[in-house]
Amino acid sequence: MTRTQIDGAEPIAEEAMQKARAMVDSVYRSESRRVFATLIRLLGDFDTAEEAMQDAFAAAAEQWPQDGAPANPRAWLVSTGRFKAIDGMRRRARFDASLARLAEQIEEDTRATALTWEEEGVEDDRLRLIFICCHPALSPDARAALTLREVCGLTTEEIARAFLTSPTTVAQRIVRAKSKIRDAKIPYQSPEPADLPGRLDTVLHVIYLVFNEGYSASSGDSLTRADLSSEAIRLARLVRELLPEPEVLGLLALMLLHESRRAARASSDGDLILLEEQDRTLWDRDCIAEGAALVEQALRTRRFGSYTLQAAISAVHAEALSAAETDWAQIVGLYDVLARLEPSPVIRLNRAVAVAMRDGPEAGLALIDAILAQGELSDYYLAHSARAELCRRSGRIAEARASYERSLELTLQEPERRFLERRLANLSR
Amino acid sequence: MKYLCLVYHEEGTLEALSKSEYDALVDEALAYKDELERGGRGISAHALQPVETAITLRVRNGNVSMTDGPFVETKEQLGGYYLIEATDLNDAIRLASKIPSSRLGGIEVRPVQELRPE
Repeated sequence: MTRTQIDGAEPIAEEAMQKARAMVDSVYRSESRRVFATLIRLLGDFDTAEEAMQDAFAAAAEQWPQDGAPANPRAWLVSTGRFKAIDGMRRRARFDASLARLAEQIEEDTRATALTWEEEGVEDDRLRLIFICCHPALSPDARAALTLREVCGLTTEEIARAFLTSPTTVAQRIVRAKSKIRDAKIPYQSPEPADLPGRLDTVLHVIYLVFNEGYSASSGDSLTRADLSSEAIRLARLVRELLPEPEVLGLLALMLLHESRRAARASSDGDLILLEEQDRTLWDRDCIAEGAALVEQALRTRRFGSYTLQAAISAVHAEALSAAETDWAQIVGLYDVLARLEPSPVIRLNRAVAVAMRDGPEAGLALIDAILAQGELSDYYLAHSARAELCRRSGRIAEARASYERSLELTLQEPERRFLERRLANLSR
Repeated sequence: MKYLCLVYHEEGTLEALSKSEYDALVDEALAYKDELERGGRGISAHALQPVETAITLRVRNGNVSMTDGPFVETKEQLGGYYLIEATDLNDAIRLASKIPSSRLGGIEVRPVQELRPE
């Protein structure tokens, strides 16, 4: 080989290695959660799978730059992870004899699956992972933390920041949830068809909880934590891809329609702006179009539930070019269906506000007072602020003031406090 | 992210082990250190000599003052440490839970504070 050839070859080799390294990074971002989900099925345990996945990526970082990236990186990572896990158990068997048998068993059990490794199976694994992270045996807080970490790939520290809590709290929640899954021998399976509606409901509930944490923080002075909302939307898209049930479409639609108003719902100072006072030119039309189309699709199935109905209501708002053009009759009709499906005082409260818009404030006030008289919402700040608003519109200023004050006592969130204080100040003018 | 896993145990517990038990523990700890390093997650790990070898010093007004013994007297003593690279706190907990001495005493997991992050 002549000198020039070597000189010519080196930059190319260097470039190929850089490309391979960049590929490991990008495969990590796009595939690590899928690889992880499949490894849990093969290895039977979260922690073993996490270790195997990390070992597989470490091996990729070493081998791909030298040998070139494999044709199917995901399959390579899964089989490398499986091999590393078995190998690791054999090595540690020196200290813990039970590992030798476990290694043998896993090798035996997974030989066939690891070889006939198919794309379809991977998506099933992701769905299994979502269902196990949202298992009803876990606490709602644990479900959200586990889903964000294991399915979405957020770090413990990121989850803690988003939920305004400490990393140690989140870490313990996750450790306990995994122990629970292990000790209760919760199987790594998607639910049976008979259990699907209930189990899917838990999954959707977790997604909506994550979204709402991002959309309106439960305390503190940040009104929106956009990252959690977009994570929830991403998750709903994934579930929809794997399991396109009507309520999955409904929830995705609901979140997209809420999300479309993000830029309009708070002022630059972080102050809350009511729907009817929002600058509708700031609404994200693409989000609205996608959300409205999903609502239609879900409604057509005639198997829709409350997420779809809430999304339908949100879509009616989204389609009105101004607050005055809102089709309140249609909204009241949708609330009627929703209240039958899910008889909750909050839904009756929202319906009362819609009735006020359709028939005038007095009609709405009568309904709200009836709800408050039943006592269930007497500590719910939105019930009092809605009452205050209707009193103000019907000229009952003293009553409006009392209700705003009651509402102010009950809210914890800083932007909402400022909003109520402004409303109170405006009453005196 | 880097985490420091501090291994605490009562030194009496170690002293009470038979020679073969102690050797097995050392073998296992060294094997785990190797395993962490092979996977690119172990940065540094060492056992410490007994706590009576400790000296605590302070500098006040330019003078060094020293006391024998550890910074704080506790029932359990710092016996060693593992400095590891982990993806997050739960990953660090997972790695720390496999430190052999976790079965004898306790492991304190502390995220490393980078004073001048790169």
